[in-house]
Amino acid sequence: MNDKRYFRITSGAAVALLLAFAAVLLTLAVDSMPTFHVFGLGFFTGKQWNPVTKQYGALPFLSGTLLTSFVALLVSLPLSLSVGIVMGEYLRNSFLSRAMSIFINLLASIPSVVYGLWGMTTIVPLVQRLEGAAGVAPYGVGILSASLVLAVMIIPYMASLTAQVMQRVPNSMREAALALGTTRQEMILGVSIPYIRSGVAAGVLLALGRALGETMAVTMLIGNATRMPNSVFALGNTLASVIASQFNEAESDLHRSAMMTLALVLFVLSFLTNLLGRRIIGKTENGNV
Amino acid sequence: MSKDALSRDAISNDAAFIRNPVEEDPKLIKRRRTKNKAFVVALAIPVIIVLIVLGHMLVTIAVNGSKALNIDFFAQAQKPFGDPGGGVANAILGSLIVVGLATVLSLPISILAALYLAENAQKWLAKLVLILVNALQGIPSIIVGIVIYTWLVIPMRGFSAFSGSVALAFIMIPLLTTNMREIFALVPGSYREAALSLGVPQWRTAFGVILPAAKQGILSATGLGVARIAGETAPLLFTAFGSPYISTALGKPISALPLVIYEYIKSPYDDWHQKAWGAAFILVCFVFVMTVSMNLKKDKQA
Amino acid sequence: MKRNRIRGLIVLLLVLSVTSVATAQVTSLLGSGATFPAPLYTKMFDVYAQKTGIKVNYQAIGSSGGLKNIQDRVVDFGASDSFVKDSDMAKYPAKIVHIPTTVGAVVIVYNLPGNPALRLTGELVADIYLGKITRWNDPAIKAQNPGVNLPSTPIMPVYRSDGSGTTFNFTAYLSAVSPEWSSQVGNANSVSWPVGQGAAQNSGVAGVVKQTTGSIGYVELAYANQNKLSMATLKNASGNWVQATTASISAAASLNMPKDTRIVLANTSAPQGYPISSLTWLVVYQEQSYAGRTREQAKALVDLLMWIIQDGQQYAEALDYAPLPKSAVADAEAIISSITYGGQKLR
Repeated sequence: MNDKRYFRITSGAAVALLLAFAAVLLTLAVDSMPTFHVFGLGFFTGKQWNPVTKQYGALPFLSGTLLTSFVALLVSLPLSLSVGIVMGEYLRNSFLSRAMSIFINLLASIPSVVYGLWGMTTIVPLVQRLEGAAGVAPYGVGILSASLVLAVMIIPYMASLTAQVMQRVPNSMREAALALGTTRQEMILGVSIPYIRSGVAAGVLLALGRALGETMAVTMLIGNATRMPNSVFALGNTLASVIASQFNEAESDLHRSAMMTLALVLFVLSFLTNLLGRRIIGKTENGNV
Repeated sequence: MSKDALSRDAISNDAAFIRNPVEEDPKLIKRRRTKNKAFVVALAIPVIIVLIVLGHMLVTIAVNGSKALNIDFFAQAQKPFGDPGGGVANAILGSLIVVGLATVLSLPISILAALYLAENAQKWLAKLVLILVNALQGIPSIIVGIVIYTWLVIPMRGFSAFSGSVALAFIMIPLLTTNMREIFALVPGSYREAALSLGVPQWRTAFGVILPAAKQGILSATGLGVARIAGETAPLLFTAFGSPYISTALGKPISALPLVIYEYIKSPYDDWHQKAWGAAFILVCFVFVMTVSMNLKKDKQA
Repeated sequence: MKRNRIRGLIVLLLVLSVTSVATAQVTSLLGSGATFPAPLYTKMFDVYAQKTGIKVNYQAIGSSGGLKNIQDRVVDFGASDSFVKDSDMAKYPAKIVHIPTTVGAVVIVYNLPGNPALRLTGELVADIYLGKITRWNDPAIKAQNPGVNLPSTPIMPVYRSDGSGTTFNFTAYLSAVSPEWSSQVGNANSVSWPVGQGAAQNSGVAGVVKQTTGSIGYVELAYANQNKLSMATLKNASGNWVQATTASISAAASLNMPKDTRIVLANTSAPQGYPISSLTWLVVYQEQSYAGRTREQAKALVDLLMWIIQDGQQYAEALDYAPLPKSAVADAEAIISSITYGGQKLR
């Protein structure tokens, strides 16, 4: 062993990671070729997913993914921001803040399949009652249930990130505002929030990244319908859930290839979202935003 | 609302105070004070909602899960359809094996890559790999499952614990690498410089000084990684496949707690539902203990 | 210090791998596929393990999954209630054979308060799954069930989200009785369902119907009985109202079968036959020396297959399946005997 060999080994490990990433991308891309060959870019606008007629269109799953992620973010954002602000400002640096932080981190570590379990027994009956009251067929499962459970799953991410950046707001700025006679509320809305804007944006992106790739809980709650969702009560599928349901049995080569294409889209989407999110965090940490 | 403290609104408030020191002042201040209190209440409501929801989840898991726990649950393997009794011993053992092997596979490459990234932060390769590995932390685990099915299961002509472990390792490695890179970067530069000035070669410094100094961090990062992959289901669906038998063979299919939870909850049998909760309870307890203790260790180190 | 750690790791890996070294003696077989016969298979394999010590690991993931796994050659056998058509044979790297194991029934289950006994025609079921009939108290349903108090609850159809032989047989029946279904949806393991909710495997569908009032689904008879789900009486092609029983299933299966036993029994012409009966098969390669398989493994597989169609048949009736008709058993024996290893017959 000498320094040269050491450098080779460690850089080799890093290169191996690079190659692994490239290999994943390549596998997905190569196996997607047949789909593009047959459908071209129309694959992404096709609304029919019919193994009988061999018509494969990804729009139902793109819609399902975007719809569930969007609703989940919508529901989770006010909740997470509130928790983050309370932890980062009102309970700033106190024991209670640390306790809440641990509690929230614990919830981030609960496996997805357990969230699905809880969702099936708690959220689905509630949504059934809601649907009954709204005059819609009370399936219980569907976009709404999946979105609600997704919202709960991403709260820890946004909340802890918000709390962290709230605590990074310089004391000098806060105290300056207070010294000018602002109330605490005015100080938060006028000074802290603008300061943490990009941190919150990063949190939203990271949470979105998690929501996009979430598989087990969504598969268990979304109703597994390969149709275009027409409302929040509709049943549907996301990219991840249709892969989980149908991959193991895609017999025909075109079906298999179509699944790989869905996986490719999912991979690229979540990769870019995570990339963007972490870059923003990187900027707020190293920079002085 | 004003975008910063020196905006027009804030100034006009002060101006109003100066202009009409007696008339507008008490009303305005009262309004602002009410807004302040209302704000706290408005924030408290979502926080309470979140705490209730999360608390309900934990309580449900604990209450439902504990109903399933008995000696048989831990000692016996799965029984066929609808037959009462049996347990999840095969799944517990399977989880231990698959997670253990994944950790063994992940650690060396993560440590080495993290050392490279920490020591060569300026090189373009390091910057590129860091960006990729950071972004890979969020890779949907279902994709890892189908890729490993294509790479390993088909050529190996069979499902196996080994392919399941490789799939889990794919998820663990980005996590470990990014965490350990931070830990290695945090080791004081003085340690490194002291070693170098004593004539210790870089490789020796890495293994003899940096790694031992970062021991706690390595341990806690590994613990967090283990907690994360212990709960993963999707990568195992097409690789480890599941098995009702107690098995230690790496080349054969194997069960795991998340797989059993998924299988049982889809069924119509109440007995299986209860077992699913029990398995969830075990899993969550394990993950909790790992996460909390590793986070405490991490804070101690920092 | 690092060297010792590496040594320790190597020893650990060696120890772990020793446990998986393949010995000449076969102790396990791996199969996957249909959930339709899974309750019977699980029982059979349990008995077989006690008798011979060979543990059969059967993962019920749906017929399509089993066929895909055997295509990829990652299992010893694939189980499916839909046979592979001639046009699809090219997908398989070598010649495959189908061994019938039992006859079962797809029943229409539903969840209504009071558990009323319902009569449904094939056209009604098709219309429900097409989304044309949306409420339980629809006049068309009432017409077949005078005197039954039907609520105005919405009908919520449940279908299989995974590729399923049960779906194949169900849609085969619907296609036979409803021209609209045939042209709009068709007959396959996986179709594009116009309405309803998907659940995975027979157990998943049974689970949803059990828990959701107003739902309707299709499952194999054993699942309906195990979970005490209400089943509809169907009108068969001869105009008789038939329930799914071992007798009516056997009636549907007693007809002239092709030698390779690939036949769809749905919409049977047998007067007392249950209209959605179905055979189920195990699919294996005729030439067993592929992908590094050993002769011992091939022999173990063939012995298992033979046992299933002979001694194993005694367990069918108790679980509400029908044993194979004698002619089918003879055909199956012939097929199993044709399985070779390296060109040599194994039995």
